[in-house]
Amino acid sequence: MNKPILSVTDLHKSFGPQHVLKGISLDVQAGERIAIIGGSGSGKSTFLRCINFMEMPSQGRIALDGHSLGSVKQTRAGETRVNYAERELCQVRARVGMVFQQFNLFPHMTVLENVMEGLVTVKRAAKTEAREVALSQLTKVGLSNRLDAYPSQLSGGQQQRVAIARALAMEPEIILFDEPTSSLDPELVGEVLRSIRVLADEGRTMLLVTHELGFAYHFATKVIFLADGVFHEVGTPEEVLKEPKQQKTKEFLRRFNEFAF
Amino acid sequence: MDYQFDFSVVTQNFGALLQGLLVTAELWVICAAGGATLGVCIALARLSPRRWLSLPSLVYVQLFRNTPVLIQLIWFYYAFPIVVGQQLTPFVAVVLGLGLNTSAYCAEIFRGGIISLTRGQWEGAKAIGMSQSMALRRVIMPQVFRRMLPALTNRVIEVGKMSSLASVLSVPELMYQGRLLSSTFYRPFEVITTLAIIYFLLIFPSGLFSRWLEVRMARGK
Repeated sequence: MNKPILSVTDLHKSFGPQHVLKGISLDVQAGERIAIIGGSGSGKSTFLRCINFMEMPSQGRIALDGHSLGSVKQTRAGETRVNYAERELCQVRARVGMVFQQFNLFPHMTVLENVMEGLVTVKRAAKTEAREVALSQLTKVGLSNRLDAYPSQLSGGQQQRVAIARALAMEPEIILFDEPTSSLDPELVGEVLRSIRVLADEGRTMLLVTHELGFAYHFATKVIFLADGVFHEVGTPEEVLKEPKQQKTKEFLRRFNEFAF
Repeated sequence: MDYQFDFSVVTQNFGALLQGLLVTAELWVICAAGGATLGVCIALARLSPRRWLSLPSLVYVQLFRNTPVLIQLIWFYYAFPIVVGQQLTPFVAVVLGLGLNTSAYCAEIFRGGIISLTRGQWEGAKAIGMSQSMALRRVIMPQVFRRMLPALTNRVIEVGKMSSLASVLSVPELMYQGRLLSSTFYRPFEVITTLAIIYFLLIFPSGLFSRWLEVRMARGK
């Protein structure tokens, strides 16, 4: 096995008294596509959001390219705490892209400006260069004809594709998808999933939290079933989705297939 | 009504009124621009998780919002020098009183605008590697400004009119010049009516300008 490009060690996350993630460890190799499934409230989104520090982990370490993030500080009570400098978090987030359930496009910018924004302000690229990159990413997601539209003028599926292009423009080493199709009308889900599949064909490293089990099956190199804040079952799509071994996984899949036809 | 209108007092002394108008415009621009700028800082302090920032800014806003602006102006001229041991010119006292008062109101407008944006906007900005301050400048504040433009316009219009209070400290602005003329020639009707018209002509376009801005920026809504 090669050195993992992302390595999560014993990750915990609590919101007040609520212990959401109870010790999660995961190594991600370059080119892996990991689908994370589980019931609502299982902590799958929280896990994803801890990886690029949208949520701050309560405990545990995250390493990118073998480099541990944050610095360990000893508190007066004798406990160890990990402190993160804002500069470091910004660098990490520029390397680990994220696509949100609610798109989170900037409504006051056009499609093109949305995709150029990170290149110009964070990467300090020249406008012409940023425009070129943005254009090629927007072409990839099939929206090169809507450059001057504002997000409010687009369908949900189109907005999400712009959000994917915006993440891609930063040339991230890893892309996180947080239920990218959950707020879309059913007929718009396909176009977004197709865009994600194109990225899979490019061999990108991706983590996807989803309820689209069919897509997870075809897309992922590895499927993780998360329940009660821990990994209950990890394996190939075949193993986890077709022949689950754990009782909880079986129940979850049964509930999902209840109304299948 | 057998009152004989005589506007010659106005036409013959129009130079004095114009000088006053200049000072009024000066006060207006300084207090509105300075107040709005300082308002952004105070709004951010109000929203800070650090109590040593949020608490004083809360007190600041409440002090300025819950006392008469006339008292604030007079206070800055007569009382503030005792505190700092330095006499201020009436103009500076008015700029302080009116500017700080405006900043307190603007702070509340900006604060309302910032909290009305969803967390997703911050997250969208952070997810592409933006720092807190970059996100604020590029993503949050432009949207806050758009949303809050009508409220800010109200404030700016209010400042323009409140500048007339400077006359009580003998700042030679429009109101002061007018009152001087009116009492010298005892022609209150002609002079005060003219003053009102000048204020209207000065302030009315700012509302039109704001409306134009609003329409222009609404494209991205």
